[in-house]
Amino acid sequence: MKILKATRIERCIGCHVCSLSCARLVHGLLSWQVSGIRIKSSGGISTGFEATYCLACKEPICARSCPTGAISIRKAGGVRIRKDLCIRCSSCIEACPVNAITKTDHGFPVVCIHCGLCTNFCPHGCLEMIEAVSSQDVHDQGGQTGE
Amino acid sequence: MSMIKEDRQVNKGNFRIMTVDLSSGKASIEKIADQDKAVGGSGLCALLFEKAGLKDEPWNHPEQPLIFAIGPLTGYFPLMSKTVCAFKSPYHNQYTESHGGGRSALSLRFTGLDALVIKGRAKRPCLLSIGSNSLEIKDAHFLWGMDVIYSGRIIRHMVEKSHGHRSILRIGPAGENLSAMACINADTYRHFGRLGAGAVMGAKNLKAIVILGDSSLPMPQENKPYRKMWKEVFQDVHSSGMMHKYHDLGTPANLERLNNIKSLPWRNLQASYDPDAHMISGQSFATRHLLRNLACSGCPVGCIHVGFVREKFTKDSRYYYQQMAYDYEPIFALGSMLGIKEPVTILKLIEKADRLGLDAISAGVALAWATEAMEKAIITQKETLLPLSFGHGASYLEALGHLAVASNEFYRLLAQGTLKAANRYGGGEFACVLGQEMAGYATGELFFAAQSLGFRHSHLDTGAYSYEQKHAEQDLKKAVDFLLEDELPRCLLNSMVACLFSRKVYTKERLAQCLESLGYLDLAANLDKAAADIRRARWKLRFDTGFDPDEIEIPKRFFKVTSWKGPVDRKFLLELKRSYGQAIKNLVFKQANPPQGTRK
Ligand code: SF4
Ligand code: SF4
Ligand code: SF4
Repeated sequence: MKILKATRIERCIGCHVCSLSCARLVHGLLSWQVSGIRIKSSGGISTGFEATYCLACKEPICARSCPTGAISIRKAGGVRIRKDLCIRCSSCIEACPVNAITKTDHGFPVVCIHCGLCTNFCPHGCLEMIEAVSSQDVHDQGGQTGE
Repeated sequence: MSMIKEDRQVNKGNFRIMTVDLSSGKASIEKIADQDKAVGGSGLCALLFEKAGLKDEPWNHPEQPLIFAIGPLTGYFPLMSKTVCAFKSPYHNQYTESHGGGRSALSLRFTGLDALVIKGRAKRPCLLSIGSNSLEIKDAHFLWGMDVIYSGRIIRHMVEKSHGHRSILRIGPAGENLSAMACINADTYRHFGRLGAGAVMGAKNLKAIVILGDSSLPMPQENKPYRKMWKEVFQDVHSSGMMHKYHDLGTPANLERLNNIKSLPWRNLQASYDPDAHMISGQSFATRHLLRNLACSGCPVGCIHVGFVREKFTKDSRYYYQQMAYDYEPIFALGSMLGIKEPVTILKLIEKADRLGLDAISAGVALAWATEAMEKAIITQKETLLPLSFGHGASYLEALGHLAVASNEFYRLLAQGTLKAANRYGGGEFACVLGQEMAGYATGELFFAAQSLGFRHSHLDTGAYSYEQKHAEQDLKKAVDFLLEDELPRCLLNSMVACLFSRKVYTKERLAQCLESLGYLDLAANLDKAAADIRRARWKLRFDTGFDPDEIEIPKRFFKVTSWKGPVDRKFLLELKRSYGQAIKNLVFKQANPPQGTRK
């Protein structure tokens, strides 16, 4: 039961191949935006890149915010959004504290489903699938997050 | 998918072109047929210039178009990451292209355009911002005079509406001052470098173009073949060795090798070898000055090498640091060509040229000529305002500033091209100009002839520099045939639009498969014809705007070079130039008649 983590994002070269791959393979689109992971420069590309993606919160705030119950919580971590139940209200997009949810040109929310496909294409090994251990768990066990 | 998007796909076969008229502040969207013939990129630019260009008017006529075009594979496949910019050049008043990357190509793709055409002249300095559902022309008079780096920072705040992917194309003081050596900076570390595209923006009072790239596009209707093809190409890229080659030292890996075969221009090409080349080798830069790598969007290779300079500026430990992208060409032009052997100095010169919006190659080669002219007392400090001398970086740092803003008559002329200054002051015999300021390959006769007459006067028009490193024999026909043959696949790649570093991966067969997987069946079946037509269309525009191969002279300095093959053979070089020129004429004028009355 693993989740996506950009564990080595400091190595990122900003190629957008991860986003393009997620859009192509998971969402059936050509896009660098409608993707579970989005790469952006943190204030001009001279300062490095940030990856935005679902952190697989232990208590997903997005799911709580959804008025129609379209968002279910995955056991492995993260959430699933059922398009047929979604009314495109954008509540989840606003609720996610790390802006992990984006939307299609039609307003449907898009979030990482932690499938791991993108990790196969990152040329610098920035992304990996790791066991879902939230910092809360680690805290409960009295340990360090290591992040 | 929205209606518009579906519409876009159904209309495959049509280009979607946006034309912005800066004079009126209005834009139009047009569908143009013939995607199967003009393809995109280079071919599309030629088609659009043929329609909108004013062949007989000068480059800075307000109605001259400035064109940016991508191709059918842009964004769909790895390394399809370049944009072709086409314009009438301030350098020679003829039609030309300059190619750049960064995020420009994908941003155009995700703005839903195959090409952006900019016409007219704004009343005041302005900034153009385009998105899939927005268009704004903003006042930018306060950015005029501002350097490329600083203006980039401000523009990021001026155009908030973005998810961080947009492309920002902008000019520096060189472009504002209409220098024929002004580049367009693309996303800080890439450039539409050569032949003065920056001045074309300057002449239009256009400081910057922001391309938002804020929509998504549908997949081809048959999705599976495309996905499969993408994977294959991705694997090709990995197994081709490219990843290693361009990850490792990048293009500067060539420097020591070229020096060892006596092909690296030093001190205005007074030498082609120097025992100290190791000081500025790719290894030397990588070990001490490489900060990290970057990629053009859609390219997993990431060849961009970002270097850094850290400098103490007070006695106690106060430092500042600067970042700049380095490549072989700028290291040659602002390094060996100026006799500079300290990487730090070279990086500072590159950074300065970038800030000013100057093309590093042209600027370095022009200053190398000025230095020798000073040594020979053809000009004095009255002209140069500085004691230029090979190896002394401090004066070159200042000289770049003079060149960018055309501080006096001397620098004004020099900024229009080294030969323009030489015509006034003398010293044309040692101007290192091959159609434009030379690229860093003193490999011999073939490269000199090829750059002199090449379509963009670029080392990338053909692989002459590489052919010549393997062929010492003087076989005129074989050499000219090579130049002609090698131009064709490049025309195709430049129409897709691929990064030329991927030319081994994207063979004609591969390109056809990629196109097929996206549903471009006719085009995939007719690539040879498309390549030949595009080549002819481009050359025709060159001739129509005044090109005459016989008018281009190779300065004496090139006949005095000794490369690994030995001293340059004057007769062979002239023969090569003549027969390559004739071959180019034949491409356009079937009966091999010279062009009638060239326009200047
Ligand atoms: S989408 Fe946002 S709120 Fe929901 S689980 Fe992921 S990170 Fe947490
Ligand atoms: S893990 Fe899967 S869903 Fe998440 S960003 Fe990567 S490809 Fe997309
Ligand atoms: S694929 Fe890797 S290097 Fe490229 S943008 Fe994504 S995280 Fe960065």
